[in-house]
Amino acid sequence: MNSLLQDDIILDCRAEKIFYSDFLAVRDSHVPIRKNQITGFIGPSGCGKSTVLRSINRMNDLIRGFKFFGSVQFHSMDIYDKKVDPVAVRRNIGMVFQQPNPFAMSIYENVAFGLRLNRFKGNMDEQVEKALRGGALWDEVKDKLKKSGLSLSGGQQQRLCIARAIATGPQVLLMDEPCSALDPIATRQIEELMLQLKERFTVCIVTHNMQQAQRVADQTAFFSVDISVGGRTGYLVEMGATKELFSNPQEQLTKEYLHGDFS
Amino acid sequence: MNETKNNLLQLPNLERHPFEPRALKSILLSTITVICAILACVPLFSVLVMLIYRGGSRINLELFTALPPTAFQFDGGGISNAIIGTLFMVGIAALITIPFGVLAAIYLAEFGPYSKIATIARFSAKTMSGLPSIIAGVFAYAIMVITMGSYSAWAGGVALAVLMLPTILLTAEETIKMVPKRMKEAAFGMGCTPSQSMTKVVLPMALPGIITGVVLAVARAAGETAPLLFTAIFSEYALEPNDPTASLAVLIYNYSNSTSENQLELAWAASLVLVVLVFILNMVSRWIGSRTRK
Ligand SMILES: Nc1ncnc2c1ncn2[C@@H]1O[C@H](COP(=O)(O)OP(=O)(O)OP(=O)(O)O)[C@@H](O)[C@H]1O
Ligand SMILES: [Mg+2]
Repeated sequence: MNSLLQDDIILDCRAEKIFYSDFLAVRDSHVPIRKNQITGFIGPSGCGKSTVLRSINRMNDLIRGFKFFGSVQFHSMDIYDKKVDPVAVRRNIGMVFQQPNPFAMSIYENVAFGLRLNRFKGNMDEQVEKALRGGALWDEVKDKLKKSGLSLSGGQQQRLCIARAIATGPQVLLMDEPCSALDPIATRQIEELMLQLKERFTVCIVTHNMQQAQRVADQTAFFSVDISVGGRTGYLVEMGATKELFSNPQEQLTKEYLHGDFS
Repeated sequence: MNETKNNLLQLPNLERHPFEPRALKSILLSTITVICAILACVPLFSVLVMLIYRGGSRINLELFTALPPTAFQFDGGGISNAIIGTLFMVGIAALITIPFGVLAAIYLAEFGPYSKIATIARFSAKTMSGLPSIIAGVFAYAIMVITMGSYSAWAGGVALAVLMLPTILLTAEETIKMVPKRMKEAAFGMGCTPSQSMTKVVLPMALPGIITGVVLAVARAAGETAPLLFTAIFSEYALEPNDPTASLAVLIYNYSNSTSENQLELAWAASLVLVVLVFILNMVSRWIGSRTRK
């Protein structure tokens, strides 16, 4: 890889082995994530895309039996270092989930929630508005901020979750199939939003939609499942600039997967 | 030709045949279920009717304000001390068990669901929820009455607390567990610590369910007699928490054997008050429960 670009790497995830109890879910996957770019994770179901993504902000710590071997360098710190507080990691690396999951409180409170967690002292109204604008939701909800977050449509809920995640100013946003519960129009809105977000944040997105990966991702990582050893272990097959990967894949497996999808 | 034949074959017979054996059997079975459902309502309503019939005449202001009559007083008197005593002892029990039970439930549901302590606590709570109430009385007698040297409202409260704790613990654990996983994930994804996720997201959602469990436990405790016989017994005087204390349940138990017509009537009236109290508590818990589902 070009050494000049090394500086751009904000997160360097080296997942040597990831276990759920004694099941080896992912092996040997080195995923460097570049600043202010969108990195797409693609691959067949069960290949460990979510597992790797959730390892990047230690969301998997909540799962019993989860074990991570390797390192995730974030600003010259390994987030799996014993000294690191996983709560602090999650405050800097935000997450948006497959199912929109606003809290059962008002739209305003959903966004203010993270700010209050961080003991935000400034002008709360202003900050909430800024985040909702950042989430491309402000115009739709500005007259009903007191309404429950659960009263919004699925696409609006997902944008609320994005607004909630960016309100506290994280550096990285992880999104696990953020559009798979949404219709094509809402999906387009979220995609446009992502392209805006990358000016200020670094984004990682898991997607099953090849067109979506091509539309939004600067870098794409292709994962696959290795069934040769008896288990079903996922691993990174190849990673590179999206255009490059789609037009000229280096590995036979990638070629087959991309072709299977298009022909 | 072929088409008509096919059509005839395909057209199913959709008419009703009410006198076929199959239809008759079905009618018979559904009638039996309706009758059983009606019969299931009979006990509650006949108890209510009887209580209103026998005790209704004494429902007046004096009942709620006056102290019980002596055996030789032929009319008048009330059950104010028993009502206050019941509320006081149930109140003590609630004050002990609510913080205790809910905090323990948080541990069982969230922080250490698979730990040894949690397994043991859950098992003992399940066993305790079937504990005969008289055992709770004997237990509180041993640890409170003997050490303090007197029957007291405090001892009564502790006996009721022993009975209430498992119900509160188990229902609170269930409702905390029922908060959807994606809500907890959202909280952790925002960078909540486990305790922030609990207090800001999980508990507010579980609260109505927890309150329902508390109210049901209180309703059950309010009607318990056996544990109070060993701990608070009875008194004809106003509440004095360090001394024997009257309660509705024990008043009913004592006066229902009385030879005094006046005391017998009061026993009926007290029963009515107790049933109405339990009834109201149940309504409150259902009302809170129905608000959750919105
Ligand atoms: N909580 C868990 N406990 C045990 N095994 C798990 C758990 N989560 C995932 N796995 C296993 O790890 C492997 C990778 O799962 P993962 O969810 O990362 O796949 P994925 O690539 O995200 O798939 P999909 O595209 O279907 O979302 C699978 O074999 C799965 O069964
Ligand atoms: Mg997944």
